[in-house]
Amino acid sequence: MKENPYQPYIATIEDTWYETVGDRPVKTFKVTLDDPEVRKNWSHRPGQCAMVGRLGIGESMFCISCSPTEGEFLRFSILRAGKNTQGLHEQEAGDKITVRGPYGNYFPLEDWKGKHILTIGGGIGQAPLRPIVEYVKANLDQYAGLTTIYGARTSGDLCFKDEFAEMARRDDINCCLTIDIEEEGWEYNVGFVPTMLMEVNPSPDNTIAITCGPPIMIRFVLENLKKLNFEDDQIYTTLENRMKCGFGKCGRCNAGNLYVCKDGPVFSYATLKAVPEAFA
Amino acid sequence: MDNMKLPKEKVGDFLAKLGKEKFRVPREIGGRSEFAPPNGESNVDFSLPNTTVPLKSLFYPQTETLYRFEVGDTVPKTSVVAEEMIIMGVRPCDARALTIVDKLFSWDPEDPYYLAKREKATLIGLACQEPRVNCFCTSLGGGPASTEGLDILMTDLGDSYLFQVLTEKGEKICQEAGDILVKSEDNDVQAAEKAHNDAASKIVRGIEADSIPEKLPQLWESDIWKKTADPCLGCGTCTFLCPTCHCFDIQDEIEGIEGRRYRVWDSCMFTEYTLHTSGHNPRPTGRERTRNRINHKYSYYVEKFEVIACVGCGRCINLCPVNIDILNILSQVKEAL
Repeated sequence: MKENPYQPYIATIEDTWYETVGDRPVKTFKVTLDDPEVRKNWSHRPGQCAMVGRLGIGESMFCISCSPTEGEFLRFSILRAGKNTQGLHEQEAGDKITVRGPYGNYFPLEDWKGKHILTIGGGIGQAPLRPIVEYVKANLDQYAGLTTIYGARTSGDLCFKDEFAEMARRDDINCCLTIDIEEEGWEYNVGFVPTMLMEVNPSPDNTIAITCGPPIMIRFVLENLKKLNFEDDQIYTTLENRMKCGFGKCGRCNAGNLYVCKDGPVFSYATLKAVPEAFA
Repeated sequence: MDNMKLPKEKVGDFLAKLGKEKFRVPREIGGRSEFAPPNGESNVDFSLPNTTVPLKSLFYPQTETLYRFEVGDTVPKTSVVAEEMIIMGVRPCDARALTIVDKLFSWDPEDPYYLAKREKATLIGLACQEPRVNCFCTSLGGGPASTEGLDILMTDLGDSYLFQVLTEKGEKICQEAGDILVKSEDNDVQAAEKAHNDAASKIVRGIEADSIPEKLPQLWESDIWKKTADPCLGCGTCTFLCPTCHCFDIQDEIEGIEGRRYRVWDSCMFTEYTLHTSGHNPRPTGRERTRNRINHKYSYYVEKFEVIACVGCGRCINLCPVNIDILNILSQVKEAL
């Protein structure tokens, strides 16, 4: 009998911490799959997702927010928004959760070797971009360079702050950290992400741009990338939609003829442009 | 294998010989009809028109437990259970619908719950002789005597049923039935063919469907969708009782210390179907939902699996409380371009 794709794996939370606090906090979970055999066979690539939940509460799809280059564990950075995320936020180190996956396609980082990688993220939208950043950081000699632009409403809404502070100090990475509104003591940029993109003014030559964030941000980032002469096939994003199964059966995550869970979540703008529901 | 015949008075013996508990037959239960185990001693009424609830409910029940657990458990107990079923009196459109849904459930990764039941089921079809007014199977590659997906096709010959054996599973049934079945005669086949042709000629509605998949993408912004959706109540009947609709929700449930995770039919016609946790809904009104329903059947499914996900059973037309008519929508699609 083949493996039952609905059957989740059991994982233990190794460590957990808040990325942001406030009304809609983001909590990161570092988890390890319990079964050594499962752990050995698990392999995910930047951009892929997993169903995470608890028995009796439910499960939802989250991007895996770490790169396989970081070690034999998984990370999920989860915004508290509904019943399942509330249940997950109540979990601490040592608690058990369920995980199934990995699902979907991934960023073709192997094919992008030799290119300059530009990530443009906003708010929790940095979570699926983080694995790209970590993967490229770990293989920096194989890429032409790394530029990361990341912003949020306030400094309190920024995820992965320490990692960005570290990148901002490095001279081998071009890191632009921004918040929407001026704050006392803030030492980085102030301005909306699409505006900062124009200020950073990246060259489209030999560059791949990957963006994720609130829909309104994505819209203006796409416009600005076009102004900067990026071609459609140089621009990538990752979509989300409500999902139940994660592997093309439950029907609901389609954007036009594409299943976000199976055909995506990673799409080039060249593909999405032809899909009328893609940015609905 | 040669064609066989089941005398009508032997239907009860046939069921008993093969094991009555294995049978699922059309039955009227509480104002609707569906496939269910035969009741007590009475004979099976195969004269019922196609069941209200489509055959899919035997393979993909309205609610189905995926796994169970006890509160506090971290490891769920999964069991995929499938028992042997002989489904008798299946209408050809419903059998054809299963072959269409098979493509989805066997698409990698395979769905073990659905496929285990499919493997263990034998389908004995019954050719339609009195198509209903909204039947349009002949527009979609089927017909009142279509054999696609069936193991045996039965045709009512008055005092007996002709058994046309189509697969090994069908042969096995006939062998097990032994002398309850009798050999058919040459004129039986002729009589059946005549009945099939007569039935086909009684289908009055239809549409030339081949050009629809290529037209739909061009009609994304058409006012067809809003016009169609305006009277829609969003009740979901058209999808729940559609033999090819397969969308489901997954929910957790706890009673006392017993818990289960189960899947349950869902409908793309419901608001919550695509609602994000953030409150954003990519398909906020009936217009987008109706557009998705028709596109999924007549465009997206065709691109993925090379077949239209509609068999023309007419249920969505017969059962819509506000008389939304898929043939009407499809003819607007055709006329718009």
